[in-house]
Amino acid sequence: MSTEVALPVFIPLLAGVLSLMLWRSRKWQRRLAILGTGLLLASTLWLLSSTLDQGFVVLQLGGWAAPFGITLVADLLSAVMAVITGLIGFAIALYSLGTIPDRHEKFGYYPLMHLLLAGVAGSFLTGDIFNLFVWFEVMLLASFALLTLGGERAQMEGAIKYVTLNLFSSALFLSAIGLTYGLTGTLNMADLAYKLSQVEHTGMVNVVALMFMISFGIKAAAFPLFFWLPASYHTPQVAVSALFAGLLTKVGVYALYRLFTLVFVGDTGYTHTILLWSAALTMLTGVLGAAAQFEFRRILSFHIVSQIGYIMLGLALYTPLALLGGIFYLVHNIIAKTNLFLISGLTYRLLGSYDLKKLGGVYRERPGIAILFLVSALGLAGIPPLSGFFAKFLVIKAAVEVEAWVAVVVALSVSFMTLYSMIKIWAQVFWKPVPEDVDATRLRSKERDPGMVWLLTPIIGLAALVVLFGVWAEPLYQVSSDAAAQLLNPAGYIEAVLGVTP
Amino acid sequence: MTEPDKKIMKDNTVILHTAALALLPLQLLFSVFLLLRGHDEPGGGFIAGLVGAGAVVLYLFAHGVDATRRIIRFDPRDLLGIGLLLGTVSAFPALLRGEPFLTAQWWIFDLAGTEIKLSTVLVFDIGVYFAVVGTILTVVVSLTEAEE
Repeated sequence: MSTEVALPVFIPLLAGVLSLMLWRSRKWQRRLAILGTGLLLASTLWLLSSTLDQGFVVLQLGGWAAPFGITLVADLLSAVMAVITGLIGFAIALYSLGTIPDRHEKFGYYPLMHLLLAGVAGSFLTGDIFNLFVWFEVMLLASFALLTLGGERAQMEGAIKYVTLNLFSSALFLSAIGLTYGLTGTLNMADLAYKLSQVEHTGMVNVVALMFMISFGIKAAAFPLFFWLPASYHTPQVAVSALFAGLLTKVGVYALYRLFTLVFVGDTGYTHTILLWSAALTMLTGVLGAAAQFEFRRILSFHIVSQIGYIMLGLALYTPLALLGGIFYLVHNIIAKTNLFLISGLTYRLLGSYDLKKLGGVYRERPGIAILFLVSALGLAGIPPLSGFFAKFLVIKAAVEVEAWVAVVVALSVSFMTLYSMIKIWAQVFWKPVPEDVDATRLRSKERDPGMVWLLTPIIGLAALVVLFGVWAEPLYQVSSDAAAQLLNPAGYIEAVLGVTP
Repeated sequence: MTEPDKKIMKDNTVILHTAALALLPLQLLFSVFLLLRGHDEPGGGFIAGLVGAGAVVLYLFAHGVDATRRIIRFDPRDLLGIGLLLGTVSAFPALLRGEPFLTAQWWIFDLAGTEIKLSTVLVFDIGVYFAVVGTILTVVVSLTEAEE
């Protein structure tokens, strides 16, 4: 029996409920945050090891056989994403202990954080498309609350765009599910993949596929409906920003990967061409948007958009190497991007601002922090030997192989622009002297700040991973390669879930 | 707008006062009835929770927040927590029998000639009941307190 595939969903749910019950005691909520996310990480590692052993881990919840019940299923892609969820959840929990103000803790920050993680893990592990919708909603509800926690003016402004566009996307998602059910009479993804291949109205299938694509595209912040992301991600607490930056948009990307390798593969010439253009434009608009910004977290937010483009490019090219690169990129990007957000919180703690013009002098006073930033930033830009280099190299090589020259040119030039943005942050925040009107006593103070250890531990850990996946990329490369092979052969997935050969 | 109109609670509505007292136990009983019949017939934790919360909210409108806090004794947030905990915990007993998560476990026994059916499904439903009551009361109580 495969209990391990349900644990990453149930552990954060239980941790969330328990920390809700302990709402009177902040101390216990904080302990539970560490314990819950730590157990989550452990359970996802267990899941990954059994997935590596068995290929697929399937659990029919409640004993109801597929396609009638709800199936939880992990292939390698799901398992890798689950591990990353556990990792980021654990890092954010540590970071939250040092940064989340008392008032936020009192208003239920930790229960919401656990609930969000449960939603993310559920989305990665479910094998039922309606259940996917439900997990999306769990995740979004928690994110709405986390985004507005604190109730500042800027937060409300960002939240309106965030909520409106995400609700629109959910409505579209639900309509698409309804149409799919009308077309095939099933919602189990494996069963759907099998039945859709036998539906005759391919025109209708393409319509439904596009509805899913737009819906997930909004959630992934792909071109053209990405503007909600840079409008909202810089407004909440930095731990919340980092959690969102790492995981939320990637759930949208994961859903695209799942559906457009398993279910909607009948007319790839049509669907994946649209994905290709969307990916190219996403890369370009994201990076150009970042060039115009002078706020630390806004620059990073625009870069989330542009990086999503690379990951989508991997899917759009739809070759073994491209999918491999896409999955590798997904892992690398979640780690590097989350870490950059965490570092922006660190400089905020030292200098009290996110505005590049009001920051400076960090390299002179705290070279260690500057190095940590440099590792993550150069990793993001794709400088060897850091993790981003292999990620970009694989995706671009795949594009060269199928002679998608426009995508190659865009991807390469966007890399340069990314480097430009990172150098801009480096020059402004770390290199230039502290501006005269800025109070830098905290930066210059030699006293030990006891809360600092909660901030530095996850940052150092994630930066170490950025280096590790660069200099020792082989294991991640191997896992991504196997995951891509599984994605390209949907029959294995279908057989694992339904227990029959299609 | 004159000052008293702003308040939800009015001081001198004798009919509402008396009716709320009489209706509260009836509605609560009805909510338990709905909860228990819910497995095979219309009803269930969610609707029962709404009816139960409705009873308390009516009492709150008639008698005010303080009186309501006294009769429910628990903080509504605790009710919500208990409900969610019951709901989550009901997934686990199946593991003890080596069955997948959430598989319904039944204990059917005879009590003085009546067949009693207990199950993890019922535990889940009771959890939903408390979660619904807790959520609605948390919202209504906070809004009323904010207004006062």
